[in-house]
Amino acid sequence: MARPVISRKTPSIDMTAMCDVAFLLLSFFILATKLKPAEAIPVTNPNSVSTQVAPDKDVILVTINKDGKVFLAIQDEDKKKSIIEGVNTLRSLGLSSDQIDKLSKQSVIGVPLTNLKEQSAMNEKDLTDKLPGMSVDSSDNDMKTWIRATNEVYIGTPANFVIKGDNVAKYPGFRSVIDAMKANEQFQFKLVTNPEAVPAGTLLWEANKGK
Amino acid sequence: MADVDLGGDSGHGKKGPGVKKAKKLSTRVDLTPMVDLGFLLLTFFVFSSTLSQPAAIHLTMPDDRKDDLQDQNQAKASGALTIILGKDNSVFYYEGEPSATGANWKESSLSDIRSEIVKKKQSTPADDFVVVIMPGDSSTYSDVVSILDEMKISLVDRYALVNIDEATAKLLASKGK
Repeated sequence: MARPVISRKTPSIDMTAMCDVAFLLLSFFILATKLKPAEAIPVTNPNSVSTQVAPDKDVILVTINKDGKVFLAIQDEDKKKSIIEGVNTLRSLGLSSDQIDKLSKQSVIGVPLTNLKEQSAMNEKDLTDKLPGMSVDSSDNDMKTWIRATNEVYIGTPANFVIKGDNVAKYPGFRSVIDAMKANEQFQFKLVTNPEAVPAGTLLWEANKGK
Repeated sequence: MADVDLGGDSGHGKKGPGVKKAKKLSTRVDLTPMVDLGFLLLTFFVFSSTLSQPAAIHLTMPDDRKDDLQDQNQAKASGALTIILGKDNSVFYYEGEPSATGANWKESSLSDIRSEIVKKKQSTPADDFVVVIMPGDSSTYSDVVSILDEMKISLVDRYALVNIDEATAKLLASKGK
């Protein structure tokens, strides 16, 4: 009886097709990914079950870092310039047009109103969490002026007020920002969070299950 | 496995030792490492693209500048659950009217408060149920967001973020929080 011949060669799999698929998906994800730009003010966001995506247009971003310092960033450069001009006239800060121009090109505003002149002379790379932050005491709340000027500029156009707070930031900083918003009849805003799964067994979980 | 196929093994010995046959070199390349690399990068981009999209909680604050009581919706005290946030993630709560001595205060934690909210929600008529959130001065932003999140998790429609009043702040301080 003839014995069956067992091939000694190791079975070889053609990897070409798999390689094609891998790189096709890879190129798709590379093109579809928007990498986060490095942030000047590092903030660790809290988690929430909210599925609403944070807006990325017309954003007026108020950042509260871990030391409770408050920073303001406005996306639209032209509007930012008008806002700085507005703040300048509201509080008669005496900024020159050159200084306003420089401030509107900077990514973030992180000094009390009286120190805006000094910030306009700073380089972009110095605009980090080392800045003193705005003064947000209940007696002297800079945010009120900023939000008033922002409202005046954004009147009639959509504006997304977004608050991005650090996990360990103390509540009073957050409260003064809310107070400043409320004082300017700005009652709706969004808090940036990291998405998190809905805990099983909760009411929201039951509600989602039915869908 | 997907080895390079040398293909030359069987070519020897057919035409005798004198005849040299040009070795047939295979052009097949082992693609396994390339596939590995492809999938490694792929996983990286899959994760970084989904994780970089932050979510947002929508928060609407009431207009409380007017002190006109007739305009305000008075919450029924019996249906109110007041949650007070203190230092080091501590959570206190009481049902109904505030007491001057804090006798009705109960201590809880961020993880246990959910069951209390659900219990209160189920034992009160839906129209009366309201949660009042009072973050103390030493509570952190993450505590506040966690509690707001609990409202979402337990489907509480009516809740208010209220500034802590002096009496409550004193009681909180007397409890060391």
